[in-house]
Amino acid sequence: MKLRHLAGAAMLGLSSLAFSAPASAFCGFFVAKADTDLFNDASKVALVRDGDRTVITMASNFRGDVEEFAMVIPVVDVPEEEQINVANPGLIDHLDQYTAPRLVEYHDENPCDMRRYRETMAMSAGPVPEPAPVAMEEAEDLGVTIEAEYEVGEYDILILSAEESDGLITWLNANGYKIPDGAEEVVGSYLKQDMKFFVAKVNLERHDGSAFLRPIQVAYEHEDFMLPIRLGTVNADGKQELFVFAMTRKGRVETLNYKTVKLPSDMDVPIFVKDEFGDFYKDMFAHQVDKHDGKAVFTEYAWDMSWCDPCAAEPLSRSQLRELGVMWLDEAGNEPQTRPGWGGPEPVDVFVTRLHVRYDGETFPEDLTFQVTGDRQNYQGRYVLRHPWRGDFDQCEEARDYADTLVDRWDREAENLVKLTGWDEDEIKQKMADGGYSASSIDVEPKPKKPWWQKLWGNG
Amino acid sequence: MDVRDAPSQIFGAVNRDARHWQILALSGLFLISILTTDYGARPMHLVSALAGTMTAQIIGTAIVGGRFEWKSAAITSLSLTILMRAVAPWMWFVAGLIGIGLKFAVRYNGKHIFNPACIAIVAMCLLFDRDVWVSPGQWGQAPLLLGWAAAAAALVLSSAKRLDIALAFFGTFAAILIGRALWLGDPMSIPMHQLSTGTLLVFTFFMITDPRSTPDSRIGRILFAALVAILSAWFIIVPNVLAAPIMALAALSFLTPIIDRVLPADRFQWGKPSKSKEGRIHETQTPGRSGDARPQLARL
Repeated sequence: MKLRHLAGAAMLGLSSLAFSAPASAFCGFFVAKADTDLFNDASKVALVRDGDRTVITMASNFRGDVEEFAMVIPVVDVPEEEQINVANPGLIDHLDQYTAPRLVEYHDENPCDMRRYRETMAMSAGPVPEPAPVAMEEAEDLGVTIEAEYEVGEYDILILSAEESDGLITWLNANGYKIPDGAEEVVGSYLKQDMKFFVAKVNLERHDGSAFLRPIQVAYEHEDFMLPIRLGTVNADGKQELFVFAMTRKGRVETLNYKTVKLPSDMDVPIFVKDEFGDFYKDMFAHQVDKHDGKAVFTEYAWDMSWCDPCAAEPLSRSQLRELGVMWLDEAGNEPQTRPGWGGPEPVDVFVTRLHVRYDGETFPEDLTFQVTGDRQNYQGRYVLRHPWRGDFDQCEEARDYADTLVDRWDREAENLVKLTGWDEDEIKQKMADGGYSASSIDVEPKPKKPWWQKLWGNG
Repeated sequence: MDVRDAPSQIFGAVNRDARHWQILALSGLFLISILTTDYGARPMHLVSALAGTMTAQIIGTAIVGGRFEWKSAAITSLSLTILMRAVAPWMWFVAGLIGIGLKFAVRYNGKHIFNPACIAIVAMCLLFDRDVWVSPGQWGQAPLLLGWAAAAAALVLSSAKRLDIALAFFGTFAAILIGRALWLGDPMSIPMHQLSTGTLLVFTFFMITDPRSTPDSRIGRILFAALVAILSAWFIIVPNVLAAPIMALAALSFLTPIIDRVLPADRFQWGKPSKSKEGRIHETQTPGRSGDARPQLARL
């Protein structure tokens, strides 16, 4: 367990923390909830970047004994104690929910009347918590130097430098940081690049015994805008899952050394997806990863944080953003603005990008490096459910035409779902028919397809 | 005219000018970018870039004299569209103006100093900060093999003389990255990954190979290419400069006239007489202004 976490967390150590997701924050109508275990062992990292200034907040779904929690991260400099903080665990959850792919519902009205719609939405909820305690041993002379030693929140933090990877790994293993076999090369590579290691364990005496560990934050200034993931790929525990929530004042963030793509979005899908939105999201992501040979970074959300439409969760407040490290909020020119007569969220100069990466050593050999772009085009993962009107289709001419369009629409929805998830088309159609979404269920004779030339000039 | 001769006639027509091959290859990369990327090139950007480069080309030609030449400006437009990303379409127009404008304005001893697309991207990044950027990762790896093959073919077909600079740059750059990986104990998949970006491909085959803004002598070219590779690698490894090869090329462009002075050689001219299969000589060289035999064109 420990081992796996270490690797997952590895780099960013992201190993551990998980939080419970309050389901209260939906501004829409809650229709479906994805399984909270959607992506086991996912690491979540919030990155706030402005010029060379960066604040990183690291969290992951650590489950198990807090004693076993350990985080090992290569860092470029030795941070001061004031540069390290522990964050409110709800922050990353809120960010996760605000940026999550969403399901939107529309209801067809009586075709004989005007059509109106109502929106609802669903989202993948955050994960569930857990935690526990830790122990520490003395440093030994293995060529390992303890550059700094801090107590921050429930964590004991050390910044280590070393001459040799062997010595460092021996020391780490002796002190309860289980380093997976095969890490020597990666650790050695970082040491040769003059990097230090930021290692953290939980101090049981200062841990309040609560069910979760809080995310660790580090504020630093460096031209490199990157996330070390290589330690996470060392053990052969399969693919690692990483979510990056990057916040800038300029615009979208993309990876420099890997292809950044958009998760397919804005497609109509069958109604039953509402009941299995979690599986849908998970399988869609897996299918899209395969389509790109496992080598792409997915943009799942890119949006101005002043608003959302539809909202999977309320935008974060100024104080939440400040806590995440948005350092420019209180700087000149960014004082709170008030919009008279407008009750919506306060406008803030923050643009968020949610990136989702599934990686291993083969598909992602290098650490992730990012760049901030000026692109402020909003993008969201959004999937649409259209509830048909149910009534007497013989009521009026329009209703009969409407019934015909429904059948076409359902075919399209099934095709979309196949395209998105790779699910079997026959099974999808069967599920739709079971739910009453088929030609026979609404007594429409499946019409022979019109020849294409009839559609061409609309005279069919 | 025999229809069976058509393929060889088409080949002959394209082969008459090296830039034809480049336009074809870059158009292919442009299509790959449109079809396979979410954050890549768009037709509107090309239209805007073409408007900018052609405008500058028309004005420059009017001032300097000579015949209007669209080919080099088209190549610059394609390169800008493929390599540069920006927040608004008009920025490609401005980039086109800057690139071709500087081609006419900044010259030494009859040669322009900067590769137009390269200096345009650098200038735009400096002028507009993050509103202009280069996306080296946007190509992914799938279409790259094809791209390298097509680019190499285009280069060989067009001007084998300039293969030396492409190989010198790429060889030096690869040697540094591979050597560094060996020293760090990193797996070879890391330098291989670093070497397989679309931006590097375009840079290697269509930017640093520009015969009009690189040294005239072969030794000079190889020296120049190696220096650009070293600076690029340093930019990547140490200060993490974005768009490192493009920045390195722009930064070292001043060396070309110096190298040309130390290592003089015949000046390259577009469309040097070349024999077609029928043995006829095609003369496509563009005459310069009267009294000035120096060609006014450059590629990219």
